[in-house]
Amino acid sequence: MSCWETIADYGLRSLGIGERLLPRSDFTLCQQFTLIGSGLIWNIYFGTLSLLTGFFLANALALGKAARNPLLRKPAEWFIFVFRGSPLFIQFFFAYFLFLQLKSVYPFLAPLTAASLGALIVLVLNTAAYSAEIFYGALMSVPKGDIEAADAYGLTGWRRFRRIIWPTMMRLGWPAYTNEAIFLFHATTLVFFSGFPTTHQKGDALYYANYFADKTFNPFVPYPILAFYFILLTLTIIGIFGAINARLNRHLPRVQQPRIRLLPQFLR
Amino acid sequence: MFSFCSDPSSLEGLAWLSCYLTTGKHIEMYWALGTVLLLLAITAPTALAFGFGGAMAARSRFLPVSLFGRAYIAIVRGVPDIAFFMFFVIALDQLFEVIRHKLKCPDWPQDIWQGNDFVVCPEAKLPLGTAPQWVHETYGFFLAVLTFAIVFGAFAANVLFGAMRAVPRAQVETAEAYGMTQRQAFWRIIVPQMWVYALPGLSNLWMVLIKATPLLFLLGIEDIVYWARELGGAKTARFSDYPHPDWRMWYFLALLIFYLLFTRVSEIVLDRIMRRLTRGQATVAGEAQRKAAA
Repeated sequence: MSCWETIADYGLRSLGIGERLLPRSDFTLCQQFTLIGSGLIWNIYFGTLSLLTGFFLANALALGKAARNPLLRKPAEWFIFVFRGSPLFIQFFFAYFLFLQLKSVYPFLAPLTAASLGALIVLVLNTAAYSAEIFYGALMSVPKGDIEAADAYGLTGWRRFRRIIWPTMMRLGWPAYTNEAIFLFHATTLVFFSGFPTTHQKGDALYYANYFADKTFNPFVPYPILAFYFILLTLTIIGIFGAINARLNRHLPRVQQPRIRLLPQFLR
Repeated sequence: MFSFCSDPSSLEGLAWLSCYLTTGKHIEMYWALGTVLLLLAITAPTALAFGFGGAMAARSRFLPVSLFGRAYIAIVRGVPDIAFFMFFVIALDQLFEVIRHKLKCPDWPQDIWQGNDFVVCPEAKLPLGTAPQWVHETYGFFLAVLTFAIVFGAFAANVLFGAMRAVPRAQVETAEAYGMTQRQAFWRIIVPQMWVYALPGLSNLWMVLIKATPLLFLLGIEDIVYWARELGGAKTARFSDYPHPDWRMWYFLALLIFYLLFTRVSEIVLDRIMRRLTRGQATVAGEAQRKAAA
């Protein structure tokens, strides 16, 4: 069987398209590359959607945490503390069993127990909490002079926030947010190892890598392939976020634009 | 546990719960909490040692050593940590068995890798097939600790490497002016001063390490996640004196709260340490402390 046939059979296997049976013996390098790559679709799905949704929630939470009114501030603080202070792994388990209970009471909530929706919700809430902390820190370090200048120009309320405070907050928080995005994508590999089950072996990249390592007793092929894919993914994220960073700072001369520094920090 | 627990079906409310929460299995689960703490207690210093070694290697002026140190630091950035966990546990196990195989049975006729099988001679198996259960468990735990130490050592190396470079250059120059050698300057000037720069990163790392402990479950250790799934599952009256529906949600809620408390306590303690370490340092925070005291 040529490699092209393998790609045709297994390229979209993680979505349930193509060959039904996973390879069982005589694993070729091509099969491992194709299946693990196919699993990566799920990682990208979880990462992208939760990042996009989480961004808006994070902005709201950051503003909530900075609010003077305790009715807004306290819930935001608690939300951020709960999601940042506990392991994502436990959050997945808890959410899964919570959704199972909900399903037994209200049958129409059944889709929540599938990873594609349930795990996505957990990831959205989780990344929102982490990003909110970043944006809150950035909001707190918006230079006083910027706000005074806005006041001097007669900008108030929403217009002052939209035109002056928010762009600066994004600029200051962006490098840390890039990091957060990278580690969010890494965190998506946990989904199928927590409570959420795979149906018909439709798993993510780590799921297939683990499958091959279990079958071949040889971790030295599938895990490096996985690593290769994730390094590519990380480089793509850095590229996209770097472009946004450049756009956010386009008023600054090139040399003054802040560089994005990578910090290995988050295993959630 | 308690004397009134002999007939659980006759109990109600709190009495039932107090008996339920002290069954033998639950006591085992509480011991598993101890396993987590033990893992943290062993891993944290080991990882710090790995980190220190990594940072020193990265600083080395001998290029291959420096490259090795930098590669060790860099490699954890691009790849999900959980992949490392799953990789190292198998890889280390195989590495030990291959070494023992080469030493103990040099004239073993077959290949170690036969198609999809990994076969070493029986004497080289780790732990030996005849070993009692606790040896197997301890070996599994040892592998887990080593894996954690390797992964978190790389994180720590990154933090310490940065901290060593953050010590003001003038300090080292002064040491050299006093006639200290490179090595003396490193041990007597840089190492004592770097901790204040390293502590924010290390405390972050400690939080991350706490939150990584449930991953022990993935490494095949009977930890609290294992017990929460085991005990929380629905039990019928036929197999258990304490029948209950699916309570896994509540067990994981309890774990969630356990971790939140743990994080909170760590935060408070680390804050204290930071304040103690900042005292008398030539940093903004140190200066602020001096002014507040004056």
